Amino acid sequence: MSTSSIPLQKTALFDAHQKLGARIVEFGGWSMPVQYGGIVEEHKAVREAAGVFDISHMGEFFVEGPGTLNFLNGLLTNDVAKLGIGQGQYTLMLNEQGGVIDDLILYRLGEETYFLVVNAAKIDEDRAWVEKHLPSGVEFSDRSALYSAIALQGPKALEIARAFFGAGWPEPQRNEITRYSWNCQDVLIARTGYTGEDGVELFFGNDVAANFLLTLLEVGKPFGLKPCGLGARDTLRLEACLPLNGNDLSEKRTPLEAGLGIFVSLTKAASFPGKEVLQKQKSEGPAEKLIAFQIKEKGPPPRPHYLLFQGAKQVGEVTSGAPSPTLGSGIGLAYVEAACAGPGTTLELEVRGARVPVEVVKKPFYKRPV
Amino acid sequence: MSIIPEQLRYAASHEWVKVEDGTGTVGITDHAQQELSDVVYVDLPKLGSRVAAGAVAAVVESVKAASDIYSPVSGEVVAINNELITQPDLANKDPYGAAWLFRVKLSNPGELDALKDAAGYKAQIGE
Repeated sequence: MSTSSIPLQKTALFDAHQKLGARIVEFGGWSMPVQYGGIVEEHKAVREAAGVFDISHMGEFFVEGPGTLNFLNGLLTNDVAKLGIGQGQYTLMLNEQGGVIDDLILYRLGEETYFLVVNAAKIDEDRAWVEKHLPSGVEFSDRSALYSAIALQGPKALEIARAFFGAGWPEPQRNEITRYSWNCQDVLIARTGYTGEDGVELFFGNDVAANFLLTLLEVGKPFGLKPCGLGARDTLRLEACLPLNGNDLSEKRTPLEAGLGIFVSLTKAASFPGKEVLQKQKSEGPAEKLIAFQIKEKGPPPRPHYLLFQGAKQVGEVTSGAPSPTLGSGIGLAYVEAACAGPGTTLELEVRGARVPVEVVKKPFYKRPV
Repeated sequence: MSIIPEQLRYAASHEWVKVEDGTGTVGITDHAQQELSDVVYVDLPKLGSRVAAGAVAAVVESVKAASDIYSPVSGEVVAINNELITQPDLANKDPYGAAWLFRVKLSNPGELDALKDAAGYKAQIGE
């Protein structure tokens, strides 16, 4: 339970969730649906057909004007120069020590117009960090409060989007973003997601949000589309080994430790906060790494903060863990000493005083069939 | 809305107890299983161990989280439901029947007075 005295924020879809029978929980300062029917049922809908998630709590930033490319390249880890208009990339914002402030997706909407989608719980911190580094001439605006967003995910997601928007819709390719009009309202359509499935993330104004969601559910019904909550979102992203900031990422962990090196350009000319630390860490090799592990036998699922051992020695700590609906066994992510990080290594998980054997496995646990 | 049988006693922490001949059968309520959803693993107390009213006696794990289960009564554990080890989803299907957790030989039957009746529990969960 939240002990905060600040009232929880509600998305523009809150009433729609209640109508759909959602169970509501607190997440990152927001009242969000954790499930509608059941987590496993929703998880399977996304793996086998499609699911729709409210992601309105996430933050939407816009950065534009001359010099924006250089500014963002000096703030974020990935190489912004690689983005053509209409393309997006996963990237990270680090502190001076190389620790993760936030992970986000950066889209280039125009010649010098960029759109950033950041984590809900980090909106204020991210905005302060961007503003602190903002040079004159570059315009920054936090439009999180104006935007609603949903993620439509699953093997049927694209078919549903086509049925919803009409055959002439501007279908984005992987990591691309397009613009379209629905009921005279501007919609941003990004081919991205957080489930390990194909799909799109849709951004639009708050006033059309409920109508948008309910119409989409109606159109998607014959395809098996289900409304899905944060519970399924967590098990889906965990199976796909997509990190969750606050669990698997933190200000104490670098992207190299987290295995996100491919999203860090140490060769680009621009210097960004944490770059020197990462260069050093790369040449020395991180002392600890984020690994994926699986419970070998039928046993209790791993949970965050459980400890991992090799014999008597504690070698790591779990950051995410749950029973995997797809694999049928407990899976987790954990930071462990680099010497124990190789796939095939057997470790022991401590669960309520007992030891359970686990095996380090190759990431991800789940990869969608091509 | 959840099912709340009239003849049982309830703890505020969402366990039920049914007492017959000085032995209490303990389980979790329909409301609790709905909140947890998708139970995947159950840790039960050891046969012959002693449990205390209000203390953790078992753990029920759903997809979301591990939840402590508090015994509503004190005494010796005289039976545990091994069916739940192999079929943890019984907790979702039949919370007042096949998914009982353990049985306790009551050491202090007076503790039952501190538990809620069906109406009291119904009021607590706002139904």
